[in-house]
Amino acid sequence: MNIEALIASTFDGLMLGFVFGLMAMGLTLIFGVMKVINLGHGPLIAIGMFAVLVMSQSLGINPYLTLPVIIVIGLLTGIVMYFVALHRVINSPELTTLLATFSVNMMITGLMTVIFSTSPRGLDVTLGSLQFGRVTILGTRVAAVVIAVVVTIALYFFLYRTRQGKSIRAVANNRGAAELMGINSSWVLGLSFGIGAMLAMISGMLLATMFSFTVLTGNALETKSFVIVVLGGLGNPTGALFGGIIIGLLESITTIFIPVSWVPVLEFVVFIMILLVRPNGIFGARSS
Amino acid sequence: MKTLKNISFWLLLVVIAGVAVVPIVQGNVSMREDAFFILMLVILASSTNIIMGYTGYVSFGHIVYFGTGGYVAFYLMQTFQWHFVLAALVGGVAASLLAFLLGNAVLRLRGAYFALSTIGINEAVRAFVSNFEPLGGSIGMFFNFSMYDAYGGAKNAGQLAYYAMVVLALMTIAASFLIKKSKFGLGLMSIREDQDASMVLGINPSRMKVITYTISAFFPAIAGAIFFFKNGLIEPGPAFELHRSVEALVMVMLGGFGTVTGPIVGAVVYERLRGFLITNETFSNFHLVIAGAMLLLIVLFVPAGLVGWLRLRFAAVRRFLE
Amino acid sequence: MILSVENVSKRFGGLQALDKVTLSVNEGEIFGIIGPNGAGKTTLFNTINGVYPPTEGRIKFRGEDVTGLPPFDLSKRGLARTYQVVRPLGELTVRENVTVGACFGRENLPLEKAEKVADEILEFVGLTARNDMLASKLNVAQKKRLEMARALAARPILILLDEVLAGLNPQEVADMLGVVRKIREQGVTIIMIEHLMHAVMNLSDRVFVLDYGAQIAEGTPQEVSNHPKVIEAYLGDPEVAKRFLEGTPS
Ligand SMILES: Nc1ncnc2c1ncn2[C@@H]1O[C@H](COP(=O)(O)OP(=O)(O)OP(=O)(O)O)[C@@H](O)[C@H]1O
Ligand SMILES: [Mg+2]
Repeated sequence: MNIEALIASTFDGLMLGFVFGLMAMGLTLIFGVMKVINLGHGPLIAIGMFAVLVMSQSLGINPYLTLPVIIVIGLLTGIVMYFVALHRVINSPELTTLLATFSVNMMITGLMTVIFSTSPRGLDVTLGSLQFGRVTILGTRVAAVVIAVVVTIALYFFLYRTRQGKSIRAVANNRGAAELMGINSSWVLGLSFGIGAMLAMISGMLLATMFSFTVLTGNALETKSFVIVVLGGLGNPTGALFGGIIIGLLESITTIFIPVSWVPVLEFVVFIMILLVRPNGIFGARSS
Repeated sequence: MKTLKNISFWLLLVVIAGVAVVPIVQGNVSMREDAFFILMLVILASSTNIIMGYTGYVSFGHIVYFGTGGYVAFYLMQTFQWHFVLAALVGGVAASLLAFLLGNAVLRLRGAYFALSTIGINEAVRAFVSNFEPLGGSIGMFFNFSMYDAYGGAKNAGQLAYYAMVVLALMTIAASFLIKKSKFGLGLMSIREDQDASMVLGINPSRMKVITYTISAFFPAIAGAIFFFKNGLIEPGPAFELHRSVEALVMVMLGGFGTVTGPIVGAVVYERLRGFLITNETFSNFHLVIAGAMLLLIVLFVPAGLVGWLRLRFAAVRRFLE
Repeated sequence: MILSVENVSKRFGGLQALDKVTLSVNEGEIFGIIGPNGAGKTTLFNTINGVYPPTEGRIKFRGEDVTGLPPFDLSKRGLARTYQVVRPLGELTVRENVTVGACFGRENLPLEKAEKVADEILEFVGLTARNDMLASKLNVAQKKRLEMARALAARPILILLDEVLAGLNPQEVADMLGVVRKIREQGVTIIMIEHLMHAVMNLSDRVFVLDYGAQIAEGTPQEVSNHPKVIEAYLGDPEVAKRFLEGTPS
């Protein structure tokens, strides 16, 4: 076996894993705070992809400089989505919130299909590459990792060091108690949803610099996010990061040994197994 | 059983059968094609409702049984020249068996975890079938033209498939009605409302849920067998299309969660509306957006669905509309 | 002896909710359980009816060892209970709620027979007028009656009542006490957890006192109410101590 291929794909997988982790963090954060599985996660990722596409191709902005705009769009979309689709049913059984978020999925997917059609798109970004012996590392991947890591650190800083962040954690822990302490839980839920959406869009933007995509790519990535989130434990952002790295590595390393089309089989089997044996994720507590 | 003396039970079946023979009597093929598709959706929605509406377990990936039944039957017909009816029945049993095995494992999960696991199952099976060469891998399988000779040609086979779908729809609805009105169904609804309290009341939830899940896999599987028999071609994508299961959930919600007639009404309304939107010039591009908006409005404002709302609102309706 | 609990302990992580509890209940009696909040009374019920397996100890019901059996099995053997925090099957009607009890309880009745039993029981607890209402729409007192009706519909041999009087006004309390007496007259053995002392003291044949998961006294109402440890346990909470002393039969 070729050791260099192994090293190269390990690097590749690791870097991709960070971005996947960021993507899944958006989903897991929302679940952790409000016990909602956001079935609109995929289209939010897609919005990130197409936002950077439009801004860089039509307005000629450097893809990486669109980040602040994407952050704002993400937050706003998430907050609006929460208050329009979820606020009224936030205490209803799962089915209701699943369908509410799915309805948003349909609307965004439908609208984006009308605007962009479903043909494949791609960004034209090259940042050169680094060469270590025969191992090549693409600049776009390095940039994506750096951004993913910075965003993650910023998120943790926000959650643990700021007032708003602390209220989010309080609401996640026990909404009733947080309300008694005078926290406006509606706003906190809306904000959390905004942050979740923002993370999805940032990851979409980063993935757009690496791969070609269509309007429907987001939905495929949504399913991947489920796998990652379950690996790391639903509701656990740090777990999502590790879950992302595991899936990133799995996807790149296993392709050395098995045909690439078998990778999803492996992923989903692992996913079901984890749900059954360790429903709190591989790092979580054992009981369900 | 008391249900068999229930007038609304027979009335419902007679109405469905009556509507279903109209295209045959009129000899209208395109109308028959529409009815075929709507009946299939009725089956998908009703069987999803058996596990979701009665028991409260949101089976997001229920379409996996549609695909499984379709593939098993198709394989038997194509490779061993089994008769369609026999192959379809075996497809149904195979899917039920799969549901039984998986159900024992995944029905222990609650709420969101269960919903996610069903998505995972569907995706795993789809990915597996796409790679599994004996079933044609990602290309799938198709019939030779001569395949339909045994049934008197493609035209007659289409007719046969239609009759089969009608019978299956009637069976699904009858099963849904009988379960709802039985002691078993009462137990399921008790589980739906409060599983722990149900156990204390003497209900063994694991057993009842597994049985229900097994039943609810049987009908979509046969529907899959019929659909792909008529289609003459089966591919992993259309067989395990997650979107279709979610549509079935939407139909259940639209008509009324946990009612017998709700999923039927939901399937008909949804499909007619979709048909209207797609063929209408102004709306055709926006059909997905409109369907999504409609779903959201129902979820937010009429969570009981059309039939459920009527039942809540008018006591008289409760007596004849189950 | 219909029920015997032998050396039963239950731990939740670091918390010893029950500590070597031993008690036995005779056929046909009303057995009262009292104790301050958090003493482990509800936990005791949960271990008796199989919601949690005990960490140690054995439970025998009608001479058979039932330790670790699931709740539905115990229900079939004739054990029923009500919940302290009511758990109606909200989207089912009152009648359906009670029918569930009759269908899956000790007699395992077919649907039609169960419906008849449900009607009788609803009459018995005075809820007939609410038959077709959704259970979630009942008020608290009615929900408590529903809990009771559902448990009774199982035709139990032993019924565990967890604070069925809590949150009721004096009139409702009196009505409920009437129901409890009638249940006993039918030959059903009753274990009741109750904070309302005059009720426990008047109704019970024997009273058992739990504090911090351990038994501190057991005996007739008189014996228990004069027990120094009991007074001490309740004096921690002056409010309860006052009610307790007032409730002592004079
Ligand atoms: N499932 C559980 N997990 C962890 N701790 C529990 C659990 N159930 C009960 N406890 C703890 O066990 C102790 C006993 O609780 P329990 O409900 O049995 O008290 P109780 O005597 O019924 O009180 P009350 O009079 O308030 O109803 C309490 O400290 C409670 O917090
Ligand atoms: Mg208690």
